[in-house]
Amino acid sequence: MTGIGWLQAIVYFLIALALTKPLGLYMAKVFEGERTWLSPILAPVERAFYAIAGVREDEEMPWYTYMFAVLAFSAVGLAFLYALLRTQQWLPLNPNHFPNLAPDLAWNTAVSFMTNTNWQFYSGESTMSFLSQMVGLAWHNFVSAAAGIALAIALIRGIARTSVKTLGSFWVDLTRSCLYILLPISIVGALVLVWQGIPQNFQANVDVKTVEGVTQTITGGPMASQEVIKELGTNGGGFVNANSASPNENPTPFTDIFEMLLIIVIGAAITYTYGRMVRDTRQGWALFTAMSILFFVAFAACYWAEAAGNPSVHALGVAGGNMEGKEVRFGVASSALWAVITTATSCGAVNAMHDSFTALGGLIPLVNMQLGELIFGGVGSGLYAKIVFVILTVFIAGLMVGRTPEFLGKKIERREVQFAMLSVLITPLLVLVPTAIAALIPPGLATLNNGGPHGFSEILYAFTSTNANNGSAFAGLGPNLFYNVTTGINMLFGRFAEVIPILALAGALAGKKAVAAGPGTFTTHSPIFVALLIGTIVIVGALTFFPADALGPIVEHLLNLQGKTF
Amino acid sequence: MLKHFGTAIRMTVISVIIFGLVYPFAMTGVAQILFPKQANGSLVVRNGKVVGSEIVGQLWTKPQYFQGRPSAAGKNGYDPTATGGTNYGPTSKKLIDATRATIAALKKANPNAAGPPPMDLVTSSGSGIDPDISPEAAYWEAPRVAAARHMPLDAVNAMIAQHLHGRTLGFLGEPHVNVLEMNLALDALHS
Repeated sequence: MTGIGWLQAIVYFLIALALTKPLGLYMAKVFEGERTWLSPILAPVERAFYAIAGVREDEEMPWYTYMFAVLAFSAVGLAFLYALLRTQQWLPLNPNHFPNLAPDLAWNTAVSFMTNTNWQFYSGESTMSFLSQMVGLAWHNFVSAAAGIALAIALIRGIARTSVKTLGSFWVDLTRSCLYILLPISIVGALVLVWQGIPQNFQANVDVKTVEGVTQTITGGPMASQEVIKELGTNGGGFVNANSASPNENPTPFTDIFEMLLIIVIGAAITYTYGRMVRDTRQGWALFTAMSILFFVAFAACYWAEAAGNPSVHALGVAGGNMEGKEVRFGVASSALWAVITTATSCGAVNAMHDSFTALGGLIPLVNMQLGELIFGGVGSGLYAKIVFVILTVFIAGLMVGRTPEFLGKKIERREVQFAMLSVLITPLLVLVPTAIAALIPPGLATLNNGGPHGFSEILYAFTSTNANNGSAFAGLGPNLFYNVTTGINMLFGRFAEVIPILALAGALAGKKAVAAGPGTFTTHSPIFVALLIGTIVIVGALTFFPADALGPIVEHLLNLQGKTF
Repeated sequence: MLKHFGTAIRMTVISVIIFGLVYPFAMTGVAQILFPKQANGSLVVRNGKVVGSEIVGQLWTKPQYFQGRPSAAGKNGYDPTATGGTNYGPTSKKLIDATRATIAALKKANPNAAGPPPMDLVTSSGSGIDPDISPEAAYWEAPRVAAARHMPLDAVNAMIAQHLHGRTLGFLGEPHVNVLEMNLALDALHS
C-alpha cells in the first residue's frame, strides 16, 4: 500500500461527502414537489409525461397500489426488452448485423436490466445492436434506477408521515427521478466522458491495419451516453464485455474517479434526502457515518490484499502487487477502490477483473454484496436495505433494555419486524441454496473457468451478485442454459422479494400514530446507535455467509500461501 | 391492476422516446460538434491511413517496437471485439503456467534487460486492449529496442521520459507509457 493509493481513496470520499448535502437537498425538493432551478425547463416535459401516460400528479397511492404500479411497469419493461432482443436483427441501427439473441440469453438479459442488476452473460461489442444498447439497455438503466429511487422515497414517506394510508404516486416519483435527477447529470457527465476520450458515434466496426500490419477492428457506438447512466444509476452493464476496464469505457485515470463518483453520488445523497424528509438530518448523517466506516474497512482490506500480490506469481521471480486482470493506468489502488465501490453500491461495473483478484481481495466484493449492498448502496435500494437494518437494530436494542422499540416516534411492532426480517432472510435462501445445487450437478460445473476452491467462489459469487442485483462477476463462469435460467430467476426474486416487504413496511409505518419522544427513547442518531447498527449488519451477514465464504475465498487464500494450484 | 398496465405501457413509450432515442442522439450530435476526434474513437492517422486508436492497445511482436502486455482478448490478443481478461484466479494452474512461459519468453527476447520483468509485462490486462505499460516496463524493454534500432540506450530512455504520462493531477491512477504513441515517435525519428 502507498500513501498516494490512500490519498486517492480519501480525496474520492471527501468529494462524495461534499456532494451529499447539495444533491440530497435538491432531491428532497424534487420529491416534495417544490420548484427547483431546473423546473422552468423540465416542468413542461414532466407535464407531457403525465398527459401522455394519463397520470394525475396529485393522485396518491396506498402501498399496495404503489406495488401494483411498480410490478406492472417492471413487467412491461421486461416484455419490451425481451421482444427487442429477440428481434434486433430485423430492426434498424444494427450496422454490425448482429443476430437475435437466443431465448434463454434474452430472458437472462431482460431480467438483468429490468431488475437493475446488469449481470451480463454476453459480450456487448459482439452481441448487441446499437438500438438494443440505447433503447433496450440504456433506457432500462434510467428507469430501473428511477424505480429504485422511487421505492426509497416511498419508504421515507412511510416513515415521515403519520396516520395516513398513502405513500405518494409511483408514476410521479419515477418521472421526477428520471427527469430531474438522472437526466441532467447524465447530459453533463456524458460530455465530460467524451471529452476524455469515450466514443459517441453510430459507426459500424471498421478494420484497420496496425503499425505492424495486423488487422484490428475498431469498435464504435453511442458509448458515452450509456456509460454515464450505467454508473449513475448503479446499473453496471457495460457497452463492451470488459466493462470499465476497457479504455473505450474508461480511458483515463480522470474518467476512472469521475465514474466512481457517479456510482456513489446518489446513494450518498439520498441519506441526506432521507434526513431532510423525516425532518431530522442527523438521522441521515448517522447512516452516512456507519456506511463510511464500513467503506474504509473494506477498502483497507481489499487494497492490502491486492498490493500484497499473489505468492505463486512471486515464486516465479517477479515482484509487485497483483496486476492480473488490471489496467496499467489504474493500478492496484484504483482497482481495489473501484471493486469496493461497485459492490458497496449495487452497481457491478468493474475496472478490473474480480475473478483474478487475490483470494482475500476477491472476498471483499463478495462480502460487500452479502451484507446487502448497504454501504452507500444502490440508488434507492441502498437506503431501503439500510432502513431495514435500522429497524432491526432498534428492535434488538429494545429487547435488550426491555422497552417497546420506537423509531422516529413510531412504535416498532410485530408486523414491522416481520417485514424487515422477511427481506433479510430471503437473501441467504436465494444465494446459498442455488449455490449448493449448482456445486452438485454437472451443468453447474460445466462452465467454470477455475478449479479448486476458486471454482466454488465463481458459483457463489454468481448467485450472490445476481441475488443482490449487483451484476459484477467472477467472469470466468460462462453462460449455459442452466445459469441463464437460474440466475435470471434469482435476479427477479432478489429484486421483488425485497421490494414487496419494503412497501408493505412503508405502508404499515405510514398508518401509525406518532408518539412523543420520552426520556427512555433510544435515539437513532447517536454514536452508540451507529456502533450498534454496524454490529447488527456485520453479525447478521457473517453468521449467514461465513461457512460458504470459508469454503471458497478463505480456504483458497490458505492454499495460495502454500503455493498450491488447481 | 389492468389500469396500471395501460399506464405502464404509455409510460414506457414516452420514456423510451426521451431516454432511449432523443437523449443518445442529442448527445451524439453535441459530442460530434464539441469533441469530434474523441467521439469518433481517437483514431491515429499516419501517411493518410488510420493505423489504430490512441486509447486502444494493439499487438506488437517486432523487437524494434515497445511491446504491450499479454492479452486475453480474442485468439491472437488485442481484439476490441472480444475484450476481457483471462479470469484466472490466484491459484489457477493455467495462470501460473502462462506467467512462467511469459517470463521465459521475455527473458529470451530481452537478454540485456536489467533484472526480472516488471509485473505488468507478465500479467494480462482486464480489457485485453490495455494501451499502456508501466514506465518500469518501458525502461526494462529499452535495451532491446535500442539494439534493434541501432540507437544509444540513453536516447531511447530519454524518449521514454519525454512520453511518460504521470499521475493525473499528481495523484490519480498510475504513471504509464502509451505503447502506440511511443512506437510512432520512434518511427518518426527514422523517417
